[in-house]
Amino acid sequence: MVTKKTSPDLLNSFSFKSLKLKTKQQELLIRVSILGLVYVLAFIARLFSVLRYESMIHEFDPYFNYRTTLFLTEKGFYEFWNWFDSESWYPLGRIIGGTLYPGLMVTAALIYWALRFLRFFVHIREVCVLTAPFFASNTTIVAYFFGKEIWDTGAGLVAAALIAICPGYISRSVAGSYDNEAVAIFALLLTFYLFVKAVKTGSLSWALGSAFGYFYMVSAWGGYVFIINLIPLYVLVLLITGRYSMRLYVAYNCMYILGMLLAMQIRFVGFQHVQSGEHMGAMGVFLLMQVFYFLDWVKYKLNDTKLFQTFLKITVTSAVLVGGIALGVGTASGYISPWTGRFYSLLDPTYAKDHIPIIASVSEHQPTAWSSFMFDYHILLFLFPAGLYFCFKRLSDATIFIVMYGLTSLYFAGVMVRLILVATPAVCLISAIAVSATVKNLTSLLRTKQKIPQAGSTKGVGSSKSSSKVTLDQSQPFQKNGAIALLVGVFYLLSRYAIHCTWVTSEAYSSPSIVLAARGAHGNRIIFDDYREAYYWLRQNTPTDAKVMSWWDYGYQITAMGNRTVIVDNNTWNNTHIATVGRAMSSYEDEAYDIMRSLDVNYVLVVFGGVTGYSSDDINKFLWMVRIGGGVYPVIKEPDYLVNGEFRVDKGASPKMLNCLMYKLCYYRFGELVTEYGKPTGYDRARGVEIGNKDVKLEHLEEAYTTSNWIVRIYRVKPPTNRL
Amino acid sequence: MAARIWIFSVAVALFLSFSSAQDLQIVNAERRIDLSSHIVKAFFTLKVENIGKDPAADMLLAFPPTQIKHLSMVQAMAITGKKKKKTYLPLDVKPTEQPDAPNDTGYFLVSFATPLTPGETVTLEVLYILTHSLEPFPSEIAQSESQLVYYRDSAVILSPYHIKQQTTFFKTPSARVESFTNVEPANRAGKEIKYGPYEDRAPYSYAPVNVHFENNSPFAVVEELVREIEISHWGSLQITENYRLTHGGARHKGVFSRVDYQSRRSISGSSSFNALLAVLPPKVNSVYYRDDIGNISTSHLRTGFKKSELEFEPRYPLFGGWRATFIIGYRVPLEDYLFEAPDGRRYLNFTFGCPLVETIVNKLTIKVVLPEGSKDPSAVLPFTVNQDLQVKYSYLDIVGRTVVVLQKDNVVPTHNVPFQVYYTFKPIYMLAEPFMLVSAFFFVFVASLAYVHIDLNIVKK
Repeated sequence: MVTKKTSPDLLNSFSFKSLKLKTKQQELLIRVSILGLVYVLAFIARLFSVLRYESMIHEFDPYFNYRTTLFLTEKGFYEFWNWFDSESWYPLGRIIGGTLYPGLMVTAALIYWALRFLRFFVHIREVCVLTAPFFASNTTIVAYFFGKEIWDTGAGLVAAALIAICPGYISRSVAGSYDNEAVAIFALLLTFYLFVKAVKTGSLSWALGSAFGYFYMVSAWGGYVFIINLIPLYVLVLLITGRYSMRLYVAYNCMYILGMLLAMQIRFVGFQHVQSGEHMGAMGVFLLMQVFYFLDWVKYKLNDTKLFQTFLKITVTSAVLVGGIALGVGTASGYISPWTGRFYSLLDPTYAKDHIPIIASVSEHQPTAWSSFMFDYHILLFLFPAGLYFCFKRLSDATIFIVMYGLTSLYFAGVMVRLILVATPAVCLISAIAVSATVKNLTSLLRTKQKIPQAGSTKGVGSSKSSSKVTLDQSQPFQKNGAIALLVGVFYLLSRYAIHCTWVTSEAYSSPSIVLAARGAHGNRIIFDDYREAYYWLRQNTPTDAKVMSWWDYGYQITAMGNRTVIVDNNTWNNTHIATVGRAMSSYEDEAYDIMRSLDVNYVLVVFGGVTGYSSDDINKFLWMVRIGGGVYPVIKEPDYLVNGEFRVDKGASPKMLNCLMYKLCYYRFGELVTEYGKPTGYDRARGVEIGNKDVKLEHLEEAYTTSNWIVRIYRVKPPTNRL
Repeated sequence: MAARIWIFSVAVALFLSFSSAQDLQIVNAERRIDLSSHIVKAFFTLKVENIGKDPAADMLLAFPPTQIKHLSMVQAMAITGKKKKKTYLPLDVKPTEQPDAPNDTGYFLVSFATPLTPGETVTLEVLYILTHSLEPFPSEIAQSESQLVYYRDSAVILSPYHIKQQTTFFKTPSARVESFTNVEPANRAGKEIKYGPYEDRAPYSYAPVNVHFENNSPFAVVEELVREIEISHWGSLQITENYRLTHGGARHKGVFSRVDYQSRRSISGSSSFNALLAVLPPKVNSVYYRDDIGNISTSHLRTGFKKSELEFEPRYPLFGGWRATFIIGYRVPLEDYLFEAPDGRRYLNFTFGCPLVETIVNKLTIKVVLPEGSKDPSAVLPFTVNQDLQVKYSYLDIVGRTVVVLQKDNVVPTHNVPFQVYYTFKPIYMLAEPFMLVSAFFFVFVASLAYVHIDLNIVKK
């Protein structure tokens, strides 16, 4: 630090001529070093999980991504692209190459191969674990440039710093959370930045860049639909507000056409890009754009306003009419597919609850509570409206974009918890504008006052300046103190934000959820590693072709860690299949046995938290199994499992509940166990009740393995008894 | 070269044995077979007398064909002096073949320190170790059952020599013995079954016996162990051990009940095991214990001056036939294991075998990864192993590292003896990798310097 400070001074004293250049260089140096520090900070803030636990893959979906990445690095790209996975969705199987977004896996594999080429022989797991932090770091750089584009470098720097530690983003990008979103947010922000840049400059090369950014996004995450709807919406708003320009025309057409052609190369998207309802808006705006261009040309040729007005009317009505008819015919003939349920549930938050229980059952698809907004955004929640105010005050093509991005994504964030992630970059950028503009105003206020006495003493009396000085001088003491107080306040808030982010990251978002940690009676840390215990047991001690039935949550983990075939998994593409499993779990044992026999099931795995008090177990998820099962098979009725609309497992529970397969498998021989001192045997600690059926007898299944804390229980399906 | 010498020595041995086979007799033999774990140890005390006219340089030990393939090691020592002043002199033991061997009998040749002159007697102590020789019966047991095994052997000692007097003792782990073959005189007292004494048995006498008894000791069998010892001249030795462990006893059948296992531990799952002990070198550091899917958190390390003990548990208790794979890795300081030979070569002095106590290793592979640039590797071991050379690429390697691969089957804890790997290495190679890194950084800076100063615009601004 000392050397940095002294060397410019020395230089300054030597050469007075290049004083201005030197301050510019200093500014560059400071800017680059701040960005460098932010880059490093974004990376290391996400390593809490590695330090607290270990370098491992987290949660559910990342295990599938890890498994496919492993396959890609071992077998090569073509094998990966043509991979038919018979280990999941037994007996249907799954065409992996055609049903996934390969961006993440290819990215990780490329990093892996590059490192190996440079003679760094790392394990692919380490690459996968660190992909998310690495891309989070890259996102900060994009955020800087984006902020610079829409406001100034100061806002860019603040945006980079804010997004580096924002919990809303960290929640999905800690080391180990190897999910599509890890690279998708980077791709999303990059596409937006390049598009805004393209609109601003009208340059074909930026538009091309944005098309490639879009391609990367499409290859990485299904959330690309947000881009392909937001950008047309933005263009439409620009058209309506009379901001149509040649720059916009070039940027949008190039981005849309090239982006579409590139996106169609991803097999999972394919012709959906021109056929499905979600993508029709973009196409409509594209056609509208041509109409606008045509009208512009006609206007130029006609040179007659009255004639043009009538022409405009005819053209616009006929264009809208033709478009409407085309859409109607397309939808009716089935050429254009209607909107998917997921898309509907975004526009109408209550849709999923009534129509698609499988979407509603996922906790991250629930509507967002205010508390989680506060948790994930902290002060950004208050800075956001302030930033919007600044944006509206200085409206340009770029600020219109960020305002639209912010408002739409914030709406979606309110609909689904997981979409907080999409809103985070916008919130950070807009808040950064607020912070940067405020601080800039305040500091300039302070600075002008420092300069005034100087200017007064050296220059003496100026004609126009003196009057303004007088007005400033009058409010000087009050303004100065106020500015200082406000600055202190801003920095206090920002430091609180940093503290909050660090705390949230270390406490809430760094748990791998495979390994559970609890505090013991003496304050020591107790680790419940039951999931891996069970999966490893399956991997080592069951026949390699064994089929495991479990609720779909654990499917990816069983195939990745247990290396066994599963009936259903987290890729919930076949609702009927999942409903069949739900039906088996909620039927009586002999009925369930027939279903399991028909599905060739060898082992059944259930997750049970009654001994440890682990609340997200299968009994607490059971009503969703009933609902999803009942959605396809009307024999399963939700009221059968409830007593007066209440879900119970104790003596007051409904008879069907006490004898269904899930209940039996969870509580088999649990009635003999004392779980808590001073409580009767069979006391369920997760639900805090004594169970209702302590004498569970199994006829067609037998206990194969139960983990040390009973969290995972595995049962073997017995072969049918010989008929005499 | 080694093979040729070996053939030569066999030829010599054959010649010698032909001349002396019948000229020796065993005056007194006592055999104690320890069946308390799944590694069968037999202690064999022999008093040998030369009754011929020529001096005898060596003698033969015979083993039935069922034992010869399970025989892990044979050691012999000559005892001189009486009671308190006993001194032990290790003797050379080599496997050998006999053309007139009845029923595929296997032989080992013990060379005496000094040839036995006519009429002279010598007392030998022989230790041999058998693996996979206890056959579980019944071969499948439920969780609550105890494990019973068969051990098959002969009541009289198989020998090409006349034995005047002999006794055999079998020591079982508990007093529960289901049955044993009666070859008069035979009797059982507690944990010990005594066969004999038998007088004047002719060469190649054989009296098969079958002992059926309870053995609940952990049948920990490592099917394959790969130990990789990576030498870094920057000051440490990184050891990575890949285990494929299985329970080699009676197969588990039916239900595994957690309630029974955790509440009635004494009677439930008595043949299973869930804790293992590894004896690691002292000063060990950076120890880890993991498997394919991550860390395993159940382990404790106790470091001491003479040895370190790593007590660890697999993810689940192992019942008969269950498997577990895991990796143990650790680092030890280099100065305790790497030395410079008087001729300028360097050598690694490390322990062979498996660090787990009371464990059989079916296939052991030790890979010694020498630093990049080392030449002329050679390994020195007290017993024969398969040797091979490989090349491994590690961080920042260009030509790759030479790997000395030592491979041996049927390894027991008695094989944990030091071995040496000699090689030549120039210390200048140590600087290759730092130099590469430094030059890479230098290149990056030069490139960015050049980029800043070069104007790539076609049109001048």
